[in-house]
Amino acid sequence: MPRVNFAAPTTIDEAAAALASASGLAKIMSGGTDLLVQLRSGRLKPELIVDTKRIPGLIGMRQEGGMWIIGAATPGVMISDNHEFEHDYPGIVEGMDLIGSQQIQGRCSLAGNLCNASPAADSVPAVIASRATCVIAGPNGARREALVEAICVGPGRTSLQKGEFIIEFHIPKPKAHQCDAYLRFIPRTEMDIAVVGCGVNVTLDGGGTCTDARVVLGAVAPTTVIVEDAAKALIGHKLDEATLAKLDTAAQAAAKPISDKRGTIEYRVKVSGVLARRAATIAFERAAKR
Amino acid sequence: MTSSSEGLKVVGTRPIRPDGIEKVIGRAQFGADTVMPGMLWAKVKRSPHAHAKIKSINYDKALKLPGVKAVITAKDFPDIKSEEAFVGEGPMNFRDLSRNCIAADKALYDGHAVAAVAATSSAIAEEALDLIDVEYEVLAHVIDVEDAMADGAPVLHDDLFTQGVEPKPTKPSNVAKKIGFNKGNIEEGFKEAEVVIERRYTTQPVHQGYIEPHACVVSIATDGQATIWSSSQGQFMVRAYCAKLLGTDIANIRAIAAEIGGGFGGKTLVYLEPLALALAKKTGRPVKMVMSREEVFRGTGPTSGGVIEVKLGAKKDGKIVAAQLVLKYQAGAFPGSPVGPGCMCAFAMYDLPHVHITGYDVVSNRPKVAAYRAPGAPISSFGVESCLNELADELGVDPLKLREINAAKDGTKTAHGPTFVNVGYLETLEAAKNHPHMKEKLGPNQGRGIASGFWFNIGGESSASCHINEDGTATVVSGSPDIGGSRASMAMMASEVLGIPYERVRPVVADTTAVGFTFLTGGSRVTFATGMAVTQAAETVVADLKKRAAMIWDISPDAVDWRDGMAWPAGQNAGNFDPLSLADIALKAGRTGGPISAEVSLNAQGAGPGFATHICDVEVDPETGHVKVLRYTAVQDVGRAIHPSYVEGQIQGGVAQGVGWALNEEYVYDKNGRLDNPGFLDYRMPVCSDMPMIEPVMIEVPNPRHPFGAKGVGEVPIVPPMAAVANAIADAIGTRMRDLPMSPPKLRAALDSGMKDAAD
Amino acid sequence: MSKHHVTTTINGEPAEYLCEAQQTMLDVLRDELGLTGSKEGCSSGDCGACTIIVDGNITCSCLMLGVEGEGRTITTIEGVAQGDKLHPVQQKFLEHAALQCGFCTPGFIVAAKALLDSNPNPTEEEARYWLAGNLCRCTGYDKILRAVMDAAEVMRAEAGR
Repeated sequence: MPRVNFAAPTTIDEAAAALASASGLAKIMSGGTDLLVQLRSGRLKPELIVDTKRIPGLIGMRQEGGMWIIGAATPGVMISDNHEFEHDYPGIVEGMDLIGSQQIQGRCSLAGNLCNASPAADSVPAVIASRATCVIAGPNGARREALVEAICVGPGRTSLQKGEFIIEFHIPKPKAHQCDAYLRFIPRTEMDIAVVGCGVNVTLDGGGTCTDARVVLGAVAPTTVIVEDAAKALIGHKLDEATLAKLDTAAQAAAKPISDKRGTIEYRVKVSGVLARRAATIAFERAAKR
Repeated sequence: MTSSSEGLKVVGTRPIRPDGIEKVIGRAQFGADTVMPGMLWAKVKRSPHAHAKIKSINYDKALKLPGVKAVITAKDFPDIKSEEAFVGEGPMNFRDLSRNCIAADKALYDGHAVAAVAATSSAIAEEALDLIDVEYEVLAHVIDVEDAMADGAPVLHDDLFTQGVEPKPTKPSNVAKKIGFNKGNIEEGFKEAEVVIERRYTTQPVHQGYIEPHACVVSIATDGQATIWSSSQGQFMVRAYCAKLLGTDIANIRAIAAEIGGGFGGKTLVYLEPLALALAKKTGRPVKMVMSREEVFRGTGPTSGGVIEVKLGAKKDGKIVAAQLVLKYQAGAFPGSPVGPGCMCAFAMYDLPHVHITGYDVVSNRPKVAAYRAPGAPISSFGVESCLNELADELGVDPLKLREINAAKDGTKTAHGPTFVNVGYLETLEAAKNHPHMKEKLGPNQGRGIASGFWFNIGGESSASCHINEDGTATVVSGSPDIGGSRASMAMMASEVLGIPYERVRPVVADTTAVGFTFLTGGSRVTFATGMAVTQAAETVVADLKKRAAMIWDISPDAVDWRDGMAWPAGQNAGNFDPLSLADIALKAGRTGGPISAEVSLNAQGAGPGFATHICDVEVDPETGHVKVLRYTAVQDVGRAIHPSYVEGQIQGGVAQGVGWALNEEYVYDKNGRLDNPGFLDYRMPVCSDMPMIEPVMIEVPNPRHPFGAKGVGEVPIVPPMAAVANAIADAIGTRMRDLPMSPPKLRAALDSGMKDAAD
Repeated sequence: MSKHHVTTTINGEPAEYLCEAQQTMLDVLRDELGLTGSKEGCSSGDCGACTIIVDGNITCSCLMLGVEGEGRTITTIEGVAQGDKLHPVQQKFLEHAALQCGFCTPGFIVAAKALLDSNPNPTEEEARYWLAGNLCRCTGYDKILRAVMDAAEVMRAEAGR
């Protein structure tokens, strides 16, 4: 691997200062499972790596003020092992759990998966579907909050400014009869990057009619796509055949993928519809029981 | 010796392999694990172009980087004349190999080595690569086999003229060779046929996928004597290639077989060793080289992709009367695809009156192919075994029955010449037919496929010695790298002959200075050929032991029996003396003529043919095109299983590789001819959760020409799976996939177009 | 660039090493500490041959920097056996012939040990998914799974006594 500098600050401000003062590219590392691969392949040539795992609060999760607060560097295993969170957001856990192998799970983080800015990131669609926000730290003690969907602006590009990094995620506690699901398609059963991913978060009334919904597709556009028409297809309806067909059509219409080594345009469009239907079905079943 | 299992005490049991503990505690020394004092690290600069003239290489800046000790290019190697090499598995030419190791005037594929640098650390060596300026003139390139055969295709070698065509071509082309095999009269055959079908199938190149990247450490003294530690399938192969490529005497090179982390044919040639030697010579220091996974994919040989055109003619009762085949195999950047064995294996399972086979060996701008498990056979068999099922459908005959009707037997003359003996094919069909797997009910979108396969198996040159130690233990030395448990079978066969416990026989894989010449581990030859050498060495030792006992008893050696590891007085002397154990005799060796040992070098002939029939169940998700393998049974004639667990392991491993080949593995090139998926992430070999248990069914039709009846077992298991999976998919959803891999996007597209056809 | 000084615990013993920032934990184990049991198969987290246990979680040591080792508790394949007593997973790998070339074996054994530490009674499917990050090209995984399931049984029996 090419030579690089390394810092492991113990406060947020130290980290922000280190990032801001770097003369070349400075990269935040939480799990490093994407960063180190990119470093080795030569795709990224940072001058500085800043490890955030030693900053108190960056690893861990808690409930506070009707929110789940998840530290930016919290590894996948910690999120999957939190049964209360899994009860609230099985879809987010499904997405997180699909990132890489068990070995990767010990390291990969929500912030890393998000800021790597791959449209195929598995944890992102369900998090966006939950209407989560994130807290961003900047130089000189600056803090701001942003919607998660505002972070990625293109493949490998984020809206974070020099010196900024995510410190935590805020995910609202689900309401009654609200639940989510995430499905992805890969050629094998494990270890692949999503060819298509779909997160669905729905809220039902007592009779099983959808009152609120968010459908988010991954890997079918430069960034994840919030499919408004898919949500509209669900809201006000029970999950019958006609609704599923409309959902399928809306998801396919929203998918604007490319053809690459992981799939063709035609295939990804079709599978977007398939996964939207299947994920919605799971989310509805779960929500009805909540 | 014996062809029946009666009386065998060790052969056929399942002891723990002698090298096992070191491997489960992490102490075994693989290619990259050796270190030398003062060792340098070297890295390879590779072409980013699929086809380019190398106009100049300037490495002045690299040499100025602190820590960099030397840079080499093709200029540091002697110019090698074109000369056939019989050192590795499959056809090879020394000049081509030299140019494959380091490009001379042209880079012929993305990843082709153009220079190498040695430095005091791997990070510095890597940094230095960016400081080597190579000026290229990019040429038009060609990737696919039929594109490469077309008129006007970019020509890779202007001195390559198609062999095997008359009159001799006057223009160079990418078709290196045309070959043919005929039997009977194909036109007459098709005239006799009542049903004729003609189909075209295609496969993609696939990599062996060994988990250990190529690695070596070399050291070279100022007098030119060199030592090579490397991971390969043959230390003698490494020695021969390196001596030729470096222009030195074979005796100057000592090649040591490190533990090898998988090969499957891919480590039957050299990539790094000659470069490391040249750098070691230039710097006077030991040099270590280890490939990255990306380099393995971009720079080392997969097996060919191919086009398989099959035409079969049959009587309505299922008797096939005519079989025609055209094979076009990609060789990569230099000639030498396994199209020959592809032609020979394609119809070998069947007794056919009229056969016409044509094969083309075609170069294109991809890495030079290397051997991969039953080289050539899986490609042609995918076509033939798929087409047989299509024919079976057409005829309304059960696919297994169709194979039975046409199966080769003892005395069947093959299209490529030899007349078969010791054929266990029908036995595999019979066992498959009667297996409970065939009766298991299938659900919706589930299907079952069968397919068969053939591989010659080979013998060849092996050496082994057997030494009796002072305490009555034995050391068995051979020259065959242990790639999957062969040490255990060597020790077992020696133990069986000597009559002493397996644990008292310790096997060693020796370097090139410590055992006679041994051809590489490949072709499923080690248990057969090296096993024969080991057995004969042990038998020679037993004869000597009997002589020593006779000397101690002062009777004729003919009057001594050897049983249970002891000498027994026999005939009229029976009962006159207490038996002498091997340990007793060993203790007295000094007084009966000195150390007891024997070395045998032989060229083993009579490897029994390998036949297999596989049964595969799949479930297809029609909406996504995803295929799940539900159940897999692999029936194989194994001759005699020396260590059944490792025979089963060979079968299971071959099946898993075949399933990967069938479903997902492929090379993806961009429009510039650059490999777009040079890693395990997107090459997609099967992972644990992709596979079911794989049930091996071992049929034992012993090989009379091996002391214990062994046949090669490692290669034929990869021949049937692709067609077995394709046939299962066709059974599940009625869609025939004729292009590998049968990946989800392709399957879904095939399903959709099938639905469209139905709607039209 | 000066080297980083790291103090940590490896296989139950205190360890210290110097490393450059870009060196991975795998580089450190293999090249600085001579612990070559962890293998480099891909350096991208796709093969699992370099699997180690860090503070109780399995990790690809190729995707962890050596400097991150500071203050951690690390187990490598060299620390799985207790002296000359093999771990049940190791013993069962031998008995079931679950290795052919043996190159992926250390990673599988470390991953399987961690599985059985956290889930003493996994289903075959759970074991397959847990081990999906470990590539084996020789065995088709069949005998590996049998060895792991058998080791689980042995360990449950031992724990029950």
